[in-house]
Amino acid sequence: MNIEKFKPAIVYTIYIASTPQKVWQALTSAEFSRKYFFGNAVEVDLRVGGAYIVRTPEGALHISGEVIECDPPKKLIVTFNVNWPELIEKLGPTLVTYEIEQAGEAVKLTLLQSHDRPLSDDILSGGRQGWPAILSSLKSLMETGQALAVAMAPPQRMLDALKEMGIKTP
Amino acid sequence: MPKPEFIYVVYIETTPEKLWEALTSSEFSKRYWWNTEVKSDWKVGSPFALVMNGAPTDVGEVLEVDRPRRLSYTFHHVTSEVARRERPSKVVFNLEPHGKLVKLTLTHEDFEAGSKLLDGISKGWPAILSSLKSLLESGTALDVPLSALGIEGIE
Repeated sequence: MNIEKFKPAIVYTIYIASTPQKVWQALTSAEFSRKYFFGNAVEVDLRVGGAYIVRTPEGALHISGEVIECDPPKKLIVTFNVNWPELIEKLGPTLVTYEIEQAGEAVKLTLLQSHDRPLSDDILSGGRQGWPAILSSLKSLMETGQALAVAMAPPQRMLDALKEMGIKTP
Repeated sequence: MPKPEFIYVVYIETTPEKLWEALTSSEFSKRYWWNTEVKSDWKVGSPFALVMNGAPTDVGEVLEVDRPRRLSYTFHHVTSEVARRERPSKVVFNLEPHGKLVKLTLTHEDFEAGSKLLDGISKGWPAILSSLKSLLESGTALDVPLSALGIEGIE
């Protein structure tokens, strides 16, 4: 897939007292991700073209994508498509990039959510709501051993906007 | 063109009162903010300053004080010539209880078009607020040197 036309719509940076290897593991392991990602499990075949899947706590397929770039423990780029009918046809694919860098005694983790077309603030509100909670919880898990219990209401503004576009949401 | 502003959200396992203290106490701020003291009497209209290793880096005026929910001040960077020529911007902290956590939303806004300072603060705040979260949750701030942030003009 040609990713040159994708532009970052959301950028979120967080610093974590950890090592790049441990942060990489947290981002790519089902066991870790269940703890900080609202109970969702990341399953990834870590090679270019490999499958990237996120399952709900009930085991349903929530996000499916593939690995675009894999440079452990520095950079992972995946397609990140929520499995709702017609979503990808109407919004295009979503690209998620994780960049991991050493910064002093800590790790700088940067998340980018990119798209191949401009999307409205209503659509982007879902990611803007979710990523800070997910990555705040990941940081707590790495530093204290305990993830955060972030009680998060559904991203209503985004769901309403998707509905208006004729995309069926659960 | 997007509005020239920087917004950052972070969830912290603490209370609004402790987080307020962390944002307004110079003893506390020194520990997570590269030895920077946050100085003000926190009355609306009072002066505000950030003092790093004894020298002021940023000055302003307190705009809103609604403990422990909302704090805002104007922000004028004074250590670089380029930033000093820009008009003061505005910093707003919103603290919202979120279950057993606090959702902290920082909005740094009112920049002039093409602001040089906006790039610097966009790199600075995530490191400062990450370190603050670490300090409140684990008792230890982060050890990230200012020079690691890639801010132009800071070696």
